[in-house]
Amino acid sequence: MSKLSFFLGCIAPNRYPGIEAATIKTLEKLGTELVDLEGASCCPAPGVFRSFDKITWLALASRNVTLSEEMGLDILTVCNGCFGSLVDANNIMKEDPELKEEVNKILKEIGHEFKGTIEVRHIIEYLSQEVGAEKIKAAVSIPMDLNVALHYGCHLVKPSKERHLGSVENPRFFDELVEATGATSVDYEDKMACCGAGGGARTAVLETSLQMAVNKLEHMKAAGVDCIIDACPFCHLQFDVGQTEIKKKFDKAYDLPVLHYSQLLGLAMGLPLNELGINQNLIINEEFNKKIERIRGGANE
Amino acid sequence: MSDIIKTSDFDMEFRDEVFKEPDADKITLCFNCTGCTSGCPMAEQEPEYNIRKFLRMANLGMKDALLNSPYLWYCTTCYKCQERCPQGVKNVDTLLKIRTIAIQNGIMLDNHRKVSQLVIKFGHAVPINDEAKEKRKDVGLDDTPPTVHKFEDALGEVQKLIKISGFDELVSDKEETS
Repeated sequence: MSKLSFFLGCIAPNRYPGIEAATIKTLEKLGTELVDLEGASCCPAPGVFRSFDKITWLALASRNVTLSEEMGLDILTVCNGCFGSLVDANNIMKEDPELKEEVNKILKEIGHEFKGTIEVRHIIEYLSQEVGAEKIKAAVSIPMDLNVALHYGCHLVKPSKERHLGSVENPRFFDELVEATGATSVDYEDKMACCGAGGGARTAVLETSLQMAVNKLEHMKAAGVDCIIDACPFCHLQFDVGQTEIKKKFDKAYDLPVLHYSQLLGLAMGLPLNELGINQNLIINEEFNKKIERIRGGANE
Repeated sequence: MSDIIKTSDFDMEFRDEVFKEPDADKITLCFNCTGCTSGCPMAEQEPEYNIRKFLRMANLGMKDALLNSPYLWYCTTCYKCQERCPQGVKNVDTLLKIRTIAIQNGIMLDNHRKVSQLVIKFGHAVPINDEAKEKRKDVGLDDTPPTVHKFEDALGEVQKLIKISGFDELVSDKEETS
């Protein structure tokens, strides 16, 4: 059994706990035990904190990393934003001795020291590189015959000089994991486009940020998909809460259910529906629920 | 005409400050191919948001116009422009450095200030609420996540760190000064 610490971030535990629960259970079935990263904070959010004050951003992110260093475990995150902050901070601290010294002075005051002994993993790249689509396929008990619009999000793969995950224009590794669950990853226009939430834009200019989500939702809807699959609770929120805001502000309805990959995997592994939190979303699509029920038969109980 | 740009208005110290960001000086290599803005998903929504213009203004030292532009805050940091720039310009990283300088000059959106204050108070930019606690129980989790929400001493560490770095001052509500 592999072991990782589970960095929760903010939006998964505090808005979409189904993502947290699904991640713990599905990874356990795949032979990875997730251990609580006790006392972790906000990553902190790259859009606001990184640009506001680099040292604060770096020190808070490094504190989260040291908590896991002290446990001797690599970190797992289920969020692109947390991944961006933690990986970038971890790399900067490992590569820049001057910044490391400056940040360690602050960390010393609160009883920690950054040593540079661990790595930060994102659930999608971790599953792709360490577990593999074949093993996931073997762990699937109910192939989910769904047509899905896959949303990579930006900071899983970009900036590519920091991520090293291959093509940013046409990546395949996430599609392979989705297809391992029995679903079809449907091609749609501008698939790699941003959801519009990042960089503090959702907070700063909500309507314009939502216009970007509208573009994506239009393209997804046009491709005739059953649902959206994402890899980031912030993109997840932008699509889920965003659809209700878009309805109010622009009078456009898409009714597209939004699932994090861990939740799709949970469905395919036959986990009880209520433990996956899919119906805790704001967007509830009865037709989709019926389809899930049809595919899963008795497993929904 | 009042909008003639005078070279005497250019603030080269501002440019030097921007160039402290690693590789930010690569903006001088821009040959205006427009690849950054033509692919920008935000520019598609809001044409006034033009990252190339911002970076070229930074290179000219146009500090006041740049720092006071409301569009400085529109970038979603999707990195599409930075990935495709044939000259290796660090578009996003440089824009974020310009934001840093704006913050240091007291220019900050209220909503961003509020998010910052949430982290200072709760250790989370999106803190827990009663509805989320119920949702957590419904999926079989403890109602409070094992983060700073559960461990008071850990929240104390975060708050102390923020005090040491001076971030609490940076994002505090502006006092009325006489």
